[in-house]
Amino acid sequence: MLLKRIIPCLDVDQGRVVKGVQYIDHVDAGDPVEVARMYDEQEADEITFLDITASHERRRIILDVVARTAETVFMPLCVGGGVRGLQDIRDLLNAGADKVSIMTAAVQNPELVEEAALKIGSANLVVAIDARRIDDREDYRVRAGERPTENDPDAIFEVYTHGGRKPTGIDAVAWAQRMARAGAGEILLTSMDRDGTKSGYDLEMVRGVSDAVSIPVIASGGGGTPESLAAALDDGPEGGHAQAALAASIFHFKEQTVGSVKARLRALGIPVRAPRTPVEGPEAVG
Amino acid sequence: MAQTSPKVAVVDYGAGNLRSVAKALERSGLRAEVAGDAAGMAAADAVVLPGVGAFADAMQSLQAKGLDDAVRRGIESGRPYLGLCLGLQLLFDASEEHGENAGFGLLPGRVQRFPERAADESALRVPHIGWNEVCFEGSHPMLEGLPERDVYYFVHSFHPVPADPAQRVGATEYGGRTFCSAAASGSAFAVQFHPEKSQSSGRRLLDAFARWIDAC
Repeated sequence: MLLKRIIPCLDVDQGRVVKGVQYIDHVDAGDPVEVARMYDEQEADEITFLDITASHERRRIILDVVARTAETVFMPLCVGGGVRGLQDIRDLLNAGADKVSIMTAAVQNPELVEEAALKIGSANLVVAIDARRIDDREDYRVRAGERPTENDPDAIFEVYTHGGRKPTGIDAVAWAQRMARAGAGEILLTSMDRDGTKSGYDLEMVRGVSDAVSIPVIASGGGGTPESLAAALDDGPEGGHAQAALAASIFHFKEQTVGSVKARLRALGIPVRAPRTPVEGPEAVG
Repeated sequence: MAQTSPKVAVVDYGAGNLRSVAKALERSGLRAEVAGDAAGMAAADAVVLPGVGAFADAMQSLQAKGLDDAVRRGIESGRPYLGLCLGLQLLFDASEEHGENAGFGLLPGRVQRFPERAADESALRVPHIGWNEVCFEGSHPMLEGLPERDVYYFVHSFHPVPADPAQRVGATEYGGRTFCSAAASGSAFAVQFHPEKSQSSGRRLLDAFARWIDAC
C-alpha cells in the first residue's frame, strides 16, 4: 500500500536556513545542503525548500543550493518560493529539483499551470495554496466578486498570497479543484492561521480539500507533535485525509527526529515507512 | 571484482538533470558517464535509461539523437540495461499517454494510465506519489541478493501492463489492485520507481545492479 509521507521543510533566505536547527554539533546548521543531508540520513520521505530570498540575485543563489543538495541526498527534493514562470520551473528541475511548487504565479495566471503540466508533466508540479478561515463574510463577498469562476458565497477558507497577507477572494476548495483539473500533480495546503503555532493542522481545511480532489494533498501549518501529524494523515471521519504532512518546527528544535516521529505514527496506526533502525532518540542527533 | 569499476552509460536525451542518477550509481561503486550519443553508449559495460517527462517526447528525443537504435542494440547485445520510470515504460510496444505512441517494442504490452476509481469505487489519487512496496517475483540475475519486498519512491500516472505475465518481476499494490512495478526480459531490467531517490532501499537495488554487471 502507498505509505503516508513526512516532509521536513526548510525556509531558505539567500542560501541559508532561516530558523531553527542550532542543535546539530557536527554540521553547519545554517547550510541547507547539510541540513538536507541530515534529514536524508534520518530517512525523511522527501524534503521541501521554501526560498524566501528577496534580493535580485535570488535565482542564482537558490539554483546553486538546489544543485548542491541534489548532489548530496538520495531523496526527493521539492522547491518553491518566487517561481514566476515556465523558465523558473525548468531551471529548478534542471538544477536537480524533483518537484517545483508554484503559488502566487498560479493565482495571477492560472493558465501557467495548464501550460506547465502539458510541457513538463503533472508529476513534478505542485500547486501551493495558502489559506485562512474567513471571519468577515461581507469583506470576502466583495473580493469574491472579482474572481467569479472560483468563488462560493458559503466558502469557509480563502486563498491568500504574499505570505498570508493578501486575500484573493478565492475559495480554497474550489481553487484546489481548479488546479487539479489544470494538471497540478499535488496540492501543498498551508493554513496561515495555524502556521508557526504548533497548535495542530486545520483538519477541517485539510479534509475539505483532500476530499474534493483526486490528487495527493500535503498538509502544512500547525504541525507541532507526532499526534498532530497523525491527525492530518488519518483517513477516519475526524482526520485530515492528507497523503503527506509537512512540518518544520517539530524537527528544528531538537524535539523530534524523523525516526522518533515515525515510530510514534506507526504506534498510532498511521502507515508510514519503518524508521531507520535503531530508532534515534532526539538526543542521538546532537 | 574487475580491477577498474564497470562503466555505466546514463543515457542523456535532453530531458532533465541526470546527476542524481549518476551519483547514486557511483555510490554503488560504478563509474557513471552521461552519454548523449551512440558512441558514448557503445563504450560502456552497461546502460541506464533514466526517466523524465512524457513518453512521446522522450521517444522523439531518443530518435532525434539516434539513441533509440543504440539502446536497442545495447539490449540485444546482452549488456545489462537498467530502465528507470519512463525507462521501463519505453521498453513496451506503446503508451496511451497523450494519444497512442510507440515504444521500443522489446517487451510486449502497453502502458496505461491508472484508472479513476480504486477497486472499492472510491476516487483513486493520480499521480501515484510516494513510498510503496515492491514484491519481487520470478527469477532474474538482478534479483540475486535483493530482499523479496522493499519500499521505494514512486512518482507516476502511467504504468505498463505486460502481455506476458512472466516478464513482470515486481508487483505493487495501489487502490486495491496490483500493477507491474518491475519488468525484465533477458539483459533488460526496468523499474517504475526511482532507486536514485530511494535512500537505503535504492542503494540495495543499485548494488544488485553492480553485482549483475560484474557477473556478466
